[in-house]
Amino acid sequence: MFLFRKIRFLDSAAQTLVEGELLIKDGVIADFGPSLGRPDGAQIVEAEGAILCPGLVDLRAFLGEPGFEYRETIASAALAAAAGGITTIAVLPDSAPAIDDPAIARLITARGQETGSLTLLPYAAATRGCRGEELAEYGLLKAAGAIAFTDGQRAIASSRLMRRALAYASGFGMRIVQHPEDAELAAGGAATEGARASWMGLPGIPAAAEAICIARDIRLAALTGGAVHFAHVSTAEGCALIAQAKHEGLHVTADTAPPYFDLNETAIGDFRTYAKLSPPLRTEADRQAVLAALADGTIDAIASDHQPRDADDKRQPFAEASPGGAGLVTLLGVTLAQVQSGHLTMAQALALLTVKPAAWLGIETGRIAKGAPADLCLFDPSRSWRVTAGQLPGKGQNTPFDGRALEGVVLGTWKAGNQVFFGQA
Amino acid sequence: MTHPRHLLGIAGLNPVAVTAMLDLAESYVLLNRSGKTQRDLLRGRTLINLFFEDSTRTRTSFELAGKRLGADVINMSVATSSVTKGETLLDTAATLNAMNCDLLVVRHNRSGAPALLAQKVDAAVINAGDGTHEHPTQALLDALTIRRRKGRLSGLTVAICGDIAHSRVARSNILLLTMLGNFVRVIGPPTLIPAGIEAPGVTVYHDMAAGLAGADIVMALRLQRERMSGGLIPSAREFFAFYGLDRKKLGYAKPDALVMHPGPMNRGVEIDSDIADDAARSLIKEQVEMGVAVRMAVLDSLARGYN
Repeated sequence: MFLFRKIRFLDSAAQTLVEGELLIKDGVIADFGPSLGRPDGAQIVEAEGAILCPGLVDLRAFLGEPGFEYRETIASAALAAAAGGITTIAVLPDSAPAIDDPAIARLITARGQETGSLTLLPYAAATRGCRGEELAEYGLLKAAGAIAFTDGQRAIASSRLMRRALAYASGFGMRIVQHPEDAELAAGGAATEGARASWMGLPGIPAAAEAICIARDIRLAALTGGAVHFAHVSTAEGCALIAQAKHEGLHVTADTAPPYFDLNETAIGDFRTYAKLSPPLRTEADRQAVLAALADGTIDAIASDHQPRDADDKRQPFAEASPGGAGLVTLLGVTLAQVQSGHLTMAQALALLTVKPAAWLGIETGRIAKGAPADLCLFDPSRSWRVTAGQLPGKGQNTPFDGRALEGVVLGTWKAGNQVFFGQA
Repeated sequence: MTHPRHLLGIAGLNPVAVTAMLDLAESYVLLNRSGKTQRDLLRGRTLINLFFEDSTRTRTSFELAGKRLGADVINMSVATSSVTKGETLLDTAATLNAMNCDLLVVRHNRSGAPALLAQKVDAAVINAGDGTHEHPTQALLDALTIRRRKGRLSGLTVAICGDIAHSRVARSNILLLTMLGNFVRVIGPPTLIPAGIEAPGVTVYHDMAAGLAGADIVMALRLQRERMSGGLIPSAREFFAFYGLDRKKLGYAKPDALVMHPGPMNRGVEIDSDIADDAARSLIKEQVEMGVAVRMAVLDSLARGYN
């Protein structure tokens, strides 16, 4: 039992920050209000000026298990998640083996429960082995806990296959999550096509590769009545297409990740492989468009897009280095930077990290409400810290934000009423 | 200003540094022609030619440059077909450190590989061509060749023709020539022009007649055979018909325009033998001679800074 005093929290109904007290008991949010007195046996947490928000709900992360334990394990990811205020993660299925069998989906859920600090919700493979050839067993996978179907970092390239996936999944009321990239146009590419890639001598991926895939899949969603979700949207054109599809009332949703609204392609200068991501970092105009799409609701959630890599994956010539960035522990801070810069309100930023992804997943957490699970994150928005690759919690140290000063220090994380992370006071 | 430790590209240089390097190279041209040597300059220093990609002329040129300055020169060729390419690169770096190598000349088929090695080795690293990124010593030797023949290295119109997209020579040359106030035209089919290459001093043409009009220097680039199979151009004969440098197309340039090619040439693809072997117009042999002098200057300059 914890009583939080002198904190601010987001009133889910009013969508504003209110000052007050909040009590958690028996694993749920028992009460909140201006003053709750002194309930017997409650441990008092006083943090003047700090914000108590729902534990972050991360729509997209790769956690290394099974098959890539040298990059990350669920235990190591749980440390990073707790330090980053994250209490729920939707886990990508392109592991080895892929999550294309009900037993593996159940295993991921169980491995999450073992951590005691993190709920893991498995995505399942859209195609067997995420190979893009034949559909996986959507019905059995859904029964085993799969939340949606995706081939992870691989785009579902074939139009015919994507059509069938959308149609078949819709029969189970399920979504297809797409890595929106025309696979043929992007083949062999390492950076966004343009002057920077040309001068660095890097094979380019045109921004149009994203728009082409999004445009196609929107038409296929319309054709089938299926629901499509576009992951890590990174271009202005992609955002515009999604806004238009939503306007038409199609079942289209989207997320993006901090690198795409915080960094642009200049981050790869001097062949910095930690900034080699998939999709690649884009132009400044694209970055601004993604930020605007977050503010106007076109994009539904901010995911960490955590893709842990080890030194051998990254210490390679740029074109050969494995794409992906660590993102768990920086998810909150990089998002809050857009609150400080005035592009998002605090309520918008927190909603994109909590209530909106939770609603997308259809889960109970992610909101401050009586009876809701006591998954909480307490952070001080005015304190700062510096991101240092090599000193982050968890195994994945390949942050594209290395050296960056971030405001917003996590003071504590609670999972089902238990404190699972203790920040420095 | 601190002395640069490595030569990874033209991008890191300024006009003063380039001019100083060319002046030093000029002195080595005279020394080489006089038949004298200066074998005490790099005596006791170890130069390793580390080539992950086949090359005869660049490696030989560096070898000769190193030997003329008295360095101990070792050639290492590493097969690029190995699946553990990345590991080889950093393992090689560790090996080279253990050998106390002073000067490391690197060629690699991946852009940025010499920059990666430079972070890990104690030696001064010289980029001898990395992927489609840069080939700085080629640009320096081209600049020296032009300066000697034209008497200046500014205000000239230089046309670079053919496969610009896959050419590190083109990139380094564009950077160097525009830095010194020349006008560069790149001419080729749209599929062989890299995106966003237009810049102050750089103009793109798809037509040889328009692009070569008024040019002082015409550079032809090697066209790799795999560009045809990759679907970027339909055939060698179509490429030669529209972009191959022959007597007729050279006629669009200034009457005293000179022809260059970094080698090795595909005769009848990007350049006609008639032009390549025309001593009055072709600088191709002189480029090879300047190559040794420029590389002596680069080795000398970096070794002084290294100490």
